[in-house]
Parts: sequence; structure tokens; C-alpha cells
Amino acid sequence: MAAAFDIATTILVFGVAYAMLLFIISVGLSITMGLMGFVNLAHGAFAMVGGYITVKLVAPLGVPYLLALVIAFFLVAALGAVMDRLLYRHVYGRPELDQVLFTIGIVFVSVAGVSFVWGPDPQNILLPEILLGDVDLGFKNIPVYRAFMIVAGGVIVAALFFGLERTKIGAQVRAAVDNRRMAESCGIPTGRLFTIIFALGSGMAALGGGLGIQILGGLKPVFAFEYLVIFLIVVAVGGLGNIRGTFVAALLLGIIDFAGKYFLPEGGGFFIYGVTFIVLLWRPHGLLGKA
Amino acid sequence: MTVPTPRTNNGAAAGALLRAHRFRAIELIPWILAIAVYFLFPGYRLLATQILVLILFAISLDLIVGYAGIVSLGHAAFFGTGAYTAALLADAGWQEPISALALGAVTAGLLGWVSGWIILRTRELTLLMLTMALGIILYELAKDLDDITGGFDGINFENTAILGLFPFDVLYYTTNYWYAFAFLVLGFLVARTVVHAPFGRSLVGIRENVRRMHAIGTPVQQRMRHVYVIAAMIAGVAGAIWVQVQGNITIGVYEFEMSGNILIMLILGGTGRLYGAFIGVTVFTILENLTETVLGTDPPYWELVVGVALIVTVLFAPRGLLGVFDPLIRRFRERTP
Repeated sequence: MAAAFDIATTILVFGVAYAMLLFIISVGLSITMGLMGFVNLAHGAFAMVGGYITVKLVAPLGVPYLLALVIAFFLVAALGAVMDRLLYRHVYGRPELDQVLFTIGIVFVSVAGVSFVWGPDPQNILLPEILLGDVDLGFKNIPVYRAFMIVAGGVIVAALFFGLERTKIGAQVRAAVDNRRMAESCGIPTGRLFTIIFALGSGMAALGGGLGIQILGGLKPVFAFEYLVIFLIVVAVGGLGNIRGTFVAALLLGIIDFAGKYFLPEGGGFFIYGVTFIVLLWRPHGLLGKA
Repeated sequence: MTVPTPRTNNGAAAGALLRAHRFRAIELIPWILAIAVYFLFPGYRLLATQILVLILFAISLDLIVGYAGIVSLGHAAFFGTGAYTAALLADAGWQEPISALALGAVTAGLLGWVSGWIILRTRELTLLMLTMALGIILYELAKDLDDITGGFDGINFENTAILGLFPFDVLYYTTNYWYAFAFLVLGFLVARTVVHAPFGRSLVGIRENVRRMHAIGTPVQQRMRHVYVIAAMIAGVAGAIWVQVQGNITIGVYEFEMSGNILIMLILGGTGRLYGAFIGVTVFTILENLTETVLGTDPPYWELVVGVALIVTVLFAPRGLLGVFDPLIRRFRERTP
């Protein structure tokens, strides 16, 4: 009994930590997809660039980890805004096939760019002392890093919900996701709104990239390809543009993925794809999505 | 993406449709080139054989992407299934290549039938996700069952001579080239017949306006499933040839990269025109080889080239390389009625 409880809590802690990471990275993607109906396969590239910036700020430059995360957030958010204005805007409203190809092109360029600048070797991060070791919860020791992940994720989720439910810009975003033309008719500048959301989403992805280097097993230039699928799956399972749905999907997939790999180290990889398959058949618009 | 028959006159439109399926002399060019390559560049037969097989694979994808408008990011599922059927049969002692290839088409077709029945009920992003998920599930399965599939190391196998007369030649790719060539001709003729048949025209109708096709009584769902199965079978054949000519299979046949690359090649060439597959695959494969032999793989110049090519294609030539010539051809035609 004690052993079963121990296993269950382990899965829960590690699964939720992973889920938080998935949510932080995917939520921006979900909103941009819901808002513009835009298929952005390059979202993982922003997470990758954020991860690299964090690593390089911490290791050679000696910037504290948390500060490095904040810098990565702002740098990549700015990058996102520039990309949106210069490149992405040309493919909004184009057929989805065009968007898929265009953003895959951006993934390719980012993969090449990262290996040009930082080389092809896997990167790892030197975590500060304070995030190493275990924290004692009374009945169980859990790694500080995972606990930090969960707390940080919780704070971000709360901030996001607050921002979306209680601020004017949040209300505008909800209106635009719901019915873009109607929102425009009411004088909401959806174009500018979208740039802001895009920048914010890119910044969040960068934050996730920096936070998750350890959980995701190091950074490589192919990161943007390897994780492209999983972020999209979280968004699709949750329902486009639905933050609550994305959160539920991240929890579901994060825990199932960890449990699958825990019990079946050899074959656990395809569990989440199986779950995705079933969920999307049952609800093609995602768990909480609208038809 | 649209079919270039914007005539107002009904008689002219009917005439254009009737003419569309006739063979024209210009259609001989790729085949003559393919035959010439064999004799002119004996050192590149391996590459040339791969190009032929990939063209067949791209044609199968064109049937669903270009004609039926189903965007798939998991087409390697069928390629890999055909390939594994042929390879595992040979490994188990069934070494006759053509029957193994036919069985590969059957298993890939079955997979297409079952998965199409499920997947094609969805639309847009969900559809994209499900095709992708199917491809990845099969890849992960093949990776886990590595005592059967050989995993990353793969399996080597041998086939008996084709029709008992022409043995495979993995050194000089003589028979292998013509084997791929013959099935490309066959597959192309099948695809060409399909797209010009009323069945193919109804697919274009579905792509352009689903509601109208529903309204005039077309069994939309059934048509999509059928073309999905046909495409799956052709992809299965391509997969089987891919491994038979090499005498080796690895789980690479199921990789996401395979699905992604073939889609990219098709788009670069141009969708919904069958010959786009020829141009796209050839240009992509040759450029990839050139870049990697001249500039090397580290740092990855090829990714840079592909990425920029994709972005530029979408922004400036959304109808593919062949589509670039459309306005020129139209102007030429208008001047010489």
C-alpha cells in the first residue's frame, strides 16, 4: 500500500511538473491558433531559442538563472513581435497548407541558425545550488527542481487566468477568439492585439524552453522538430484558443506520458499519441473546444 | 491550387475537360530523361533509383493533398507499412519480390481503409493532427518491437530474381533501376486515370466546395475514403520498392521526416498536377545531395536552404515551381489560339 502510494505521488509530482512545462509553452500557441486560425508549427522554435539564450546567459556570462529566464522572455517576445509584423502577417488567412509549409520553413531555418551560432552539441544548464537536491514534504522527498517547476507553473497559470478574465486586454482577446469580425466591428484592433498576443506567447514559449531544459533532457538544434508534435497535440486536445482546455490537456498528457514511461520504459512513448487519437475522435474540436 | 480551366463558354469547358486526359507529346519528356539518366550517369543510379521511388510516393500524396485537399503529415505510415510487409515477407522466406510488393500494397491499403474511416471524419487541424499521430504511433511501435523490425540497425534481406530472370543488383543498380522505373510508369498511369475519371473530377469538386458537392448528392465521405485507400496502396508500393532495391530496411521508413519531406517535395513541385511530383522530388533530392557533398552536413546548410526555399515558395510561388510557368503558358496560349 505504502509502495503504491509512493509510486502514485512520484508519478503525480513528475507528471504535473512536465504538464506545467507543456502548458507554459503551448498556451501561446493555443491563443494564436484560436485567434487567427493560424497553424504555427514554428512555435517550438521560439522555445528552443529561449532555451539557448538562457543557457548562454547562465554559463559563459554568469547571469543568475532567474534573471536569465526573464531576459530570454523579453528578447524572444520582441523577436516574436518582429516576426509577426515582418513575416507571419503575409500568411494569415492563407490556406492551412501554406501556413504549415511556411512555418516548417521557419523551423528549418531556426534549426540551421541555432547550429550555426551555437554549434550542434547538446547543451545543458547549470542550475543554481538552490534548485538542486530534494525538498521534504513530510511523507516524501521530491526534487526541488520539479517542485520549483510546479510552483512557477502555478504562478504563471494564475497570472494568465487573472489577465484574461480581469483585464481589458484579456476581455478583448476573449472577444476576438469568440468572433473576430464582431470584435473588429466593435472597434477592437485585432491586428495589434494579435501582435501583442503573439509576442507574449513567444515569450512564454521561451520561458518554458529555459525552465524545461532539464526535464526535456538538454537542448539540441533539432529541439524545434522533436517537440513540434507534442505542443501541437496539447493545443489540439485542449481545443483551439481555449486556455482552460489547454491546461486540462497539458495535465492529462503530462501525467499520462510520465506514467507510461514509468511503467513501460521501452514502449511508453506512444501512449500520449494513442490518447490524442482517442480524444480527437471523441471530440474533434478538443476536450473543451466548441464545435 | 485551382484547375486551369476558367472558361465561360460551356462548350469550350467541355472541350477542355475532354482534351485534358489525352496524352500529349510533352508528357514524354520526363520518361525520356529517366531513360537517358540510366545510360549517361551510371555512377548516380542509386540516387536516380531513389528519385524514381520518391516520385511514386509523392504522386500518391498528390492524390490526397492536391486533388482531394486532405493535408496529411503522416503519409509515411503507408510507405513504411508497404516497406515492412515486403521486407518481413522476404526475411521469413517469401522472397518473390512482385507478390511481396503486391501484398505490401494490400496491407498499406487496409491500413488506409481502417484509418481513413476514422481520420477522414475530422477536418483541418484535427485531421492534420490525426494523420501525424498515426505516423508517429507506427514509428514508436516499430521502435519498440525492434526484435521484429530490426529497429535502427535494420534487417538485411534478399529477394529472388524478378520474374525469375533479372536478379537484383545492389552494387550497380541495373535491374533495380528498371524495376523502380516500371512501377513508376504503372503507378503514374493509375493515378492519371484516377484523376481524369469522373471520380477524380468529383474529388476536385470536394476540394473546391464541399457543400455544393454534398448538395448535388456526391457521397463525399465515401469518395474521400476511396482516394485515401488508393493513395495508401500506391504509397505502400513505393515503400516496398524502396526497401527491395536496397535489400535493407530500418525504422527510418516510418520517420516523421519522411512524411514531412515528401510533402515539401510535392509542394515545391506543385500540387494537383501529378507532374509537380516529378519536378519537386528531383530538384529537392539533387539539391540535398549537392549541398551535403559540397558544403557538408555540419553546420546544416541544407536545412537553411530548404527552410528559405519553403518560405520563399509560400510567399512568392504558392503554386509550386511548375505553377510559376502558368501565367507564361496562358499568355502563350492566348496569342496562338
